[in-house]
Amino acid sequence: MEIVKQIAQSLEAGDDALVPQLTREALAQGIAATAILDDGLIAGMNAVGEKFRVHDIFLPDVLLAARAMYAGMDVLKPLLLSAGIPSRGRVVIGSVHGDLHDIGKNLVGIMLKGAGFDVIDLGNDVTAARFVEAARSREALVIGMSALLTTTMPVMKEVVDLLHKEGLGGRIKTIIGGAPVSQDYAAEIGADAYGYDCAQAVERVKQLAASAS
Amino acid sequence: MRDGITARAAAGEVLLADGAIGSLLLGRGLAPGAAPESLNLSAPHVLEEIAGLYLEAGAEIVQANTFGASPLKLAHYGLEGKAQAINEGGVAAVRRAVGERAWVAASCGPSGRILKPFGDTDEERMFSSFREQMRAVIGAGADVVCVETMSDVNEARLAVQAARSVSATIPVMATMTFEATPRGFFTIMGVSIARACRELAAAGADMLGSNCGNGSAQMVVIAREFRKATSLPLVIQANAGVPELRQGRVQYPESPEFMAAMAVEMRAAGATVIGGCCGTTPEHTRAMRRALGKES
Repeated sequence: MEIVKQIAQSLEAGDDALVPQLTREALAQGIAATAILDDGLIAGMNAVGEKFRVHDIFLPDVLLAARAMYAGMDVLKPLLLSAGIPSRGRVVIGSVHGDLHDIGKNLVGIMLKGAGFDVIDLGNDVTAARFVEAARSREALVIGMSALLTTTMPVMKEVVDLLHKEGLGGRIKTIIGGAPVSQDYAAEIGADAYGYDCAQAVERVKQLAASAS
Repeated sequence: MRDGITARAAAGEVLLADGAIGSLLLGRGLAPGAAPESLNLSAPHVLEEIAGLYLEAGAEIVQANTFGASPLKLAHYGLEGKAQAINEGGVAAVRRAVGERAWVAASCGPSGRILKPFGDTDEERMFSSFREQMRAVIGAGADVVCVETMSDVNEARLAVQAARSVSATIPVMATMTFEATPRGFFTIMGVSIARACRELAAAGADMLGSNCGNGSAQMVVIAREFRKATSLPLVIQANAGVPELRQGRVQYPESPEFMAAMAVEMRAAGATVIGGCCGTTPEHTRAMRRALGKES
């Protein structure tokens, strides 16, 4: 399993040539795709997320690591699909309004993919109707919403209310994040969770997905 | 008054800059989700009014509503075709309000794109976007350009170089946003204060510093770090703290009195241009003016 560790290390180093190469080598050695995913790509991305959280590394390192992770995922995906390995579940994410840049939301998306989720990113300026429609039609377990501007926060409540109105409340879970929101705000609007940062958001989504599925 | 902002700052005079625009716009007809800069075309009188409030409060540098008016950023709203008119309109509105009684600063914020190799945007494209904005604001008569809220020193450098490519003489301020880490202050892109100073001075900025961030007390510490890293005039524009949710409304916790006390600390730390960022109001500007002994 030495090579799987190497995959994680190369991912942390952001080497998007070496990661897919080592991934192919590991498969050739007969290591299961799921083991490469969990102990290589996901383990590496978790380490990156933790280093970013404690300011040991910065955004450029995370973006490079994410690219390396995707390169490894591309190798594994057909195998995981043909083997019928289920993802951890589907998550719909989006910003209720795009501010300076949507880095926060994008990072959460990257880390969720790294954690094995199937992520649908609706982008910026996403309305409540679009969030709910995407989650329903794509059978998502969780909706993750980000807001950077205080004026657009009410969209988060609209999503929660719309889910309840359509009888999806409790079946599709909601999590919110972004500079102006808080645990208190999540409780106030009836969202299922709040993520203070990327790492916490991923942990909470794992819990929500487990309770939703 | 319009000449010599760099010389006066370099001579150690403390110059007072204004506070936030965005929060004042929200109470004056800016629709949620709309580009704040679109008001430069649709409601310039609102920007004139806000500039007048800051002038009256004592600001000597009053900023135009052009933070997000680079074509790359405006493209997010489909407004890139109107970049020139939006930038010119923003500068003109402030000029109408302040005349020659204050310097008109053209704000230039991040493009919202990430440069290669980390993102998808190449340097040429970002430079030409900033250059288009700089051409418009300098052509419209801005007295100073304020490149601000930057995280990537390469993006900030391109904005400074774009201003320089349009005018060799326009004063250029360049400020970045830092977070405290166990290893000192860094931007989210991993840029240290020393590196920001080195690269932005080399690109042609006349004044360096920091804006936005986590409140004015931390900004005092950042100012001290900058003073160690550069001899250029130092620009410090803090947020009124970290926004908090109170009774369902977001509020910035730092009072005008608190920020005024911190402004005195910033001056002691070596800041030469002192103003406010997110959450600050004309009341903050007024209190800073009093505390800095700038009442005429």
